[in-house]
Amino acid sequence: MDAKRLTLFAGHYGSGKTNIALNWAYRLRDEGRAVTVADLDIVNPYFRTKDAEDDLARRGIGLIVSEYANSNVDLPALPSQIYSLVDDRSTYGVLDIGGDDRGALALGRWVPSIIAEDDYDMLFVVNKARPLTRTVEDTLEVYAEVEAACGLPFTGIVNNTNLGPETTAQTVLASMEYAESVARATGLPLKMTCVDKRLINDFAGQVDSLFPLDILELYYMQKEGM
Amino acid sequence: MGEKVLMKGNEAMAEAAILAGCRHYFGYPITPQTEVAAYMAKKMPKIGGTFLQAESEIAAINMVYGVASTGKPAMTSSSSPGISLKAEGISYLAGADLPGLIVNVQRGGPGLGGIQPSQSDYFFATRGPGHGDFHVLVFAPASVQEMADLTGKAFHLAWKYRMPAMLLADGTLGQMMEPVELPEPHDAFGTDNPWATTGTNMEREHNIVNSLYLSPEELERKNIERFERYKQVEAEECLWEEYLMDDAEICVVSYGITARISKNAIAEARKEGIKVGMIRPITLWPFPNKALAAAADKVDSFLSVELNMGQMVEDIKLAIDCKKPVDFCGRVGGMIPTPDEVLDHIRALAEGGR
Repeated sequence: MDAKRLTLFAGHYGSGKTNIALNWAYRLRDEGRAVTVADLDIVNPYFRTKDAEDDLARRGIGLIVSEYANSNVDLPALPSQIYSLVDDRSTYGVLDIGGDDRGALALGRWVPSIIAEDDYDMLFVVNKARPLTRTVEDTLEVYAEVEAACGLPFTGIVNNTNLGPETTAQTVLASMEYAESVARATGLPLKMTCVDKRLINDFAGQVDSLFPLDILELYYMQKEGM
Repeated sequence: MGEKVLMKGNEAMAEAAILAGCRHYFGYPITPQTEVAAYMAKKMPKIGGTFLQAESEIAAINMVYGVASTGKPAMTSSSSPGISLKAEGISYLAGADLPGLIVNVQRGGPGLGGIQPSQSDYFFATRGPGHGDFHVLVFAPASVQEMADLTGKAFHLAWKYRMPAMLLADGTLGQMMEPVELPEPHDAFGTDNPWATTGTNMEREHNIVNSLYLSPEELERKNIERFERYKQVEAEECLWEEYLMDDAEICVVSYGITARISKNAIAEARKEGIKVGMIRPITLWPFPNKALAAAADKVDSFLSVELNMGQMVEDIKLAIDCKKPVDFCGRVGGMIPTPDEVLDHIRALAEGGR
């Protein structure tokens, strides 16, 4: 798989960044690379990369996450180890950025180093089924806000249109025109379209660059099928 | 009904309020409900509405009072500690017979507690959250879809009965994402608010919105009138869901997120041949007393499942006149019982009953 040393996932709140970031890390690791995931989310109180802590450890993937994630306090603090990920070029880094401009703000302090190294992909994750990014126009507004907040230009678009457990191939296919329009308007490539692995056979070559996702049960409520 | 969207519970309540016609939101950030305010901040300016981050929760609820006085719909949202701060304003709304919507996305308590989910504001919500003799309508949604649906319902009934309504959710429901079918834009309020302070136009007497009564006789009369209205609410507006109750020998009583956990436990118990069903209160005030009283004649025992220390147990006992034993299963502090924990309680009751 063609991958830059650092891959960052940013975008609208609830667009699926954490799930994709973890899957991206799994893919890199499966190819035998050293990988570390960094959770830069200062917005979301629940449903964090920390939910996948054991899974990541078992696969030999590093995790840098606030010690307060999933605890009972609400401290938007980031761990200092994130500096090591940006500086340590011996490992691939996958960065899960918090939602919207508020979440992306935290990335700002590492942007000069990331740009200096110039070996990164900054991916904008979109989900057409999210109420505030249903149109290209609204999506571009979020795009501009996120980019302005963190100061790191995007390099690609990721289509992650889904309706949770009610997603069908049709949900994704019906979003392709939207995703391509976002790509066109931003002048960036549509890097990939994410689909639940279980739906992959329903596509039959209709979509380029499919990225099959293990839908991670980030919270045991979902694991229990609730 | 439109195309389905994927929403957090917090966002669904905000959007549903807008679709019901609410154009005034006042709030103050607190986890795990901040997405309500964030959504309103994004959306309200685009549709000519007002989003205002107040200087405190107390200010926000008093802004709701102000808007409601003019007959316009307004809402505020917070999480448990913030709702404590709003208690004074909620009492004033009740005392002035003003409608308004208060969203409480509960977190662990008491005190600052924690940010993880809880249902420990049950007493606080159902006993009238504030000083004085009053009730608020209390709705307990159990899915993101129901959060959207009950928002419109809560607004409508608050206006119909001129009383505050509370959506009592919890952190899990607020944060989880599910597909939702949103309603078409509608008017949950009606425009006929003869009590509103909208200017007399020199054509009528002044309307006065107030909760201070100088004469004790008048204040007593106001309280009695209000409770006559509450009787009507209790008779006509109670909502609940019955699940597998036809042959049930054990009745689980649970609301909100724990009702979903209970459903899974009940499905497992049924596989083992245990006859168990559930009554899920959708309104916590008014409480589904009649449904529970009817069940008491058929089942051997009740099991209350909640994210608190057993606050609903006494309401169940009152509803069934203590005819049958009421057991309790719950976790607190942000912990959530697994279906297996609930199943163990159901098994124990089944064995005890045999």
